[in-house]
Amino acid sequence: MSTQKTVNGSQGNGNLQAKDFASDQEVRWCPGCGDYTILKQVQTLMPKLGLDPENIVFIAGIGCSSRFPYYMNTFGIHGIHGRAPAIATGLKVARPDLSVWVITGDGDALSIGGNHIIHLLRRNLDINLLLFNNEIYGLTKGQYSPTSPKGLVTKTSPAGSVDNPFNPLALALGANGSFIARAMDRDPKHLQIMLERTAQHSGTSFLEIYQNCIVFNDGAFSPYTDKSLRDNTSLYLEDGQPLLFGANDAFGVRLDGYRPELVDLRNGKWSKDDLWIHDEQDRNKAWLLTSLFDDNTTEGKLPRPFGVFLAEERPTYEELVRNQIAASIERRGEGDLEELLTGEETWTVKG
Amino acid sequence: MSIIEKQKKEVTIRFAGDSGDGIQLTGSQFTSTTALSGNDLSTFPDYPAEIRAPAGTVAGVSGFQIHFGSKAIHTPGDLCDVLVVMNAAALKANLKFLKPGGIIIANTDGFGKKDLSLAKFAPGETPMKDAKNSGYIVIEIDVTKMTRESLKDTGLTIKEIDRSKNMFVLGVLYWLFSRPLDSTIQFLNRKFAKKPQIAEANIKALNDGFTYAIATELFSERYSVDAAPIEPGTYRNITGNDAIVLGIAAVARKSEFPVFLGSYPITPASEILQGLSVLKNFGVTTYQAEDEIAAISSAIGASFGGSLGITTSSGPGVALKGEAIGLAVMLELPLVIVNVQRAGPSTGLPTKTEQSDLLQAFYGRAGEAPVAILSASSPADCFEVTYEACRIAVEHMIPVMLLTDGFIANGAEPWKLPVISELKPVDPRFEKARDNGQEDTPFLPYKRDENLVRPWAIPGTKGLVHRIGGLEKEHETGNISYDPDNHQKMTEMREKKRDMIANFIPDQKMDEGSDTGKLLVVGWGSTYGSIKSAVSEAREEGLDVSFLHLRYLNPFPKNLGTLLNGFEKILVPEINRGQLSRILRERFLLPVEGFNRVRGVPLMVSELKEKITQLCKS
Repeated sequence: MSTQKTVNGSQGNGNLQAKDFASDQEVRWCPGCGDYTILKQVQTLMPKLGLDPENIVFIAGIGCSSRFPYYMNTFGIHGIHGRAPAIATGLKVARPDLSVWVITGDGDALSIGGNHIIHLLRRNLDINLLLFNNEIYGLTKGQYSPTSPKGLVTKTSPAGSVDNPFNPLALALGANGSFIARAMDRDPKHLQIMLERTAQHSGTSFLEIYQNCIVFNDGAFSPYTDKSLRDNTSLYLEDGQPLLFGANDAFGVRLDGYRPELVDLRNGKWSKDDLWIHDEQDRNKAWLLTSLFDDNTTEGKLPRPFGVFLAEERPTYEELVRNQIAASIERRGEGDLEELLTGEETWTVKG
Repeated sequence: MSIIEKQKKEVTIRFAGDSGDGIQLTGSQFTSTTALSGNDLSTFPDYPAEIRAPAGTVAGVSGFQIHFGSKAIHTPGDLCDVLVVMNAAALKANLKFLKPGGIIIANTDGFGKKDLSLAKFAPGETPMKDAKNSGYIVIEIDVTKMTRESLKDTGLTIKEIDRSKNMFVLGVLYWLFSRPLDSTIQFLNRKFAKKPQIAEANIKALNDGFTYAIATELFSERYSVDAAPIEPGTYRNITGNDAIVLGIAAVARKSEFPVFLGSYPITPASEILQGLSVLKNFGVTTYQAEDEIAAISSAIGASFGGSLGITTSSGPGVALKGEAIGLAVMLELPLVIVNVQRAGPSTGLPTKTEQSDLLQAFYGRAGEAPVAILSASSPADCFEVTYEACRIAVEHMIPVMLLTDGFIANGAEPWKLPVISELKPVDPRFEKARDNGQEDTPFLPYKRDENLVRPWAIPGTKGLVHRIGGLEKEHETGNISYDPDNHQKMTEMREKKRDMIANFIPDQKMDEGSDTGKLLVVGWGSTYGSIKSAVSEAREEGLDVSFLHLRYLNPFPKNLGTLLNGFEKILVPEINRGQLSRILRERFLLPVEGFNRVRGVPLMVSELKEKITQLCKS
């Protein structure tokens, strides 16, 4: 029996393979949906966790993405709209031993479930959250979502949406998230690396995945995801490396004080040494990275970053809760029911 | 002047003063001493809605009522015999609770010009004189002056001395009701163990109040109340919310699974979350969620993981939880939802009581969503009902709604301590791992036993991986199913599973009277005490009236229909606009009359008795 290399350094789960994590249920997303790639990449990741399927739980809310748990041969809950983080929190506090995953979409996470997302992030439970962002409501058949760009024409915004969209990573950072990253369905190799990082992080991992909705919002991310375009629009972050992008690393981003600036490395004025060096531990710089959120389909605009924006270690919520319980037991012993029920003052009535 | 000693069967005293006057402490000390003297009793605190309303105003008045006697006591009393007021505002707010001709003990220092104006008495009005003229007995004591005089040599500051005023008054009352001081002295020594000077000062004020009552011949009468015939045993005083805390802790300690409480603070339920938060060594994990929905959702998540998930709230919070209760119905996981009801709708009267969430408990969800419903009848009853709610939730894999209300949540009464060895562990339906050659036996998460209960299959157990969710399940496999016949079948099964709980609960017993007759009074929840008192009084007068009080509201005990059919008339008193009466009419097709009040307070025994008399005689 071969022992696999695992993302968390554990012994591994024998010779389980991706297919062992596929359930017997027929997958029912639209043909060509970005969700298929993500499902495949998550199933590919699973053996690397080094855990048996019964120790993994996928929890989802409502929406296209939220069907995900049914397709995983693990424990799973398909919950109610927006509440997956709350269900997952209860489970993780009660059972810190389990690997808990939340699958959510832009509507589920950022509209109806907005409150739960921010509290999950600030508390920092060791939960892996995958946000499938397709900038549209898919399951209800095409209404604008909280990440739809201004002006998007949908069934409920025939004259164009007037809503200002959320910047999901800035929101997650603002909620004091400890791990914030972005990937895309159209780059499965990078997505796999991001999933590994998500699994490795101890604390709430927030991975936004640009996911194409082929029916209601096709091509929403094509400027960043199309192979022919993404060189000039997408920047792949690597810890300790300069911010480079473009064909043959023609462009870079430097910091002019706290202002990111696009520079052309071909004219000799700037070199790699002048560029912003990515530091995953630097929360302040993570803020600046999340601000690279402009429409950059026109030339000369700053790129959209992909990769790990921030990876900060801090104690998890369940650890702190368990520590308090352990301390209480150490101080007072296992609860004495007789003493508790008796209370401070009693009296006896004789027969 | 010689003092007349009088025996009383029952007495109600109401203490009232500013939030800062130590009224609740005075009340609870009088309660302890009364309990130790062997009386039966019932108490109710009346807090102001505002946290710190301006001193001296009516809005800032805090009250505490105790009803005790040498006979069985079931309510804190409609009206009081003695009203203790520390200032003018307290008199203004509470005179309406005093019986005609009753005694007012007033701190005259709280009736200065400024106090009268803060209490919004008109200029020139003389409330104490007016009270005397209306036939009340008014005993005036300058408590501030007397306390300062009593403690002038203690070396304490005036501010510290004034904090002992309540003990001086308590001393006076202990004399009036012929009570010993030792229990309160012991309490003061315990409470101020680290500040002996303060303990001594309070004890001196208490003793001096007692002596003052003798020396000044304030009263022409002195009362004594004999011990009541109470079932032998060891007792403590307990509020409903505290009894729920103990009930949950007991389930956690007696059973093999842990308990998880996910809750969001709301009046009047917050004390349950607070109470369990300090019991971390009892196998209970508490989680203060970001909102009501997260609270119940976290409890569902914990239940999926093998803990008993519990959530506690009040009506408006339970409204928010409705969708998640529906999910729990579909998931068929154990879940207990405690609703400490308050007066509604909307924010309503958060600190006042009502029973108006019964229909919400029955029907307040999307779809056909059957849950079990239990209710507690008194503060002490909350312990047993909580234990029972947890048992049903776990043993039948179903959400259970437990209804109490603000009255019994904050009210207190003596509770006979249970024998811990007699508390039965709750028996979970944990599915065993598929190993040792059973690996190939397929696991069916919705395969039911003879009581239609599905197994509790928790993560981490080999061979049990499965997915559940809010979508309709296929019978046995639990896979998503849109099949029409399957939905019909599953809907009926969920309901039948709930109804079959009736096989695991006791038959309904009559609380008063025979099994057939002219009039049956049917109650549920916190109205127990008022109904019991009213029916007892009516029966003493020879009226043909019986009384049964429901703990199990859904399903009802199996014999309920038979009992209801044994009477000419049925009366259902409730603090709502007629909710149980509506359900009984619908379920049993019987003419049921309601007696309904929604005044934020318990039903008046006298009013209810009048109604019973009228029905018995017509």
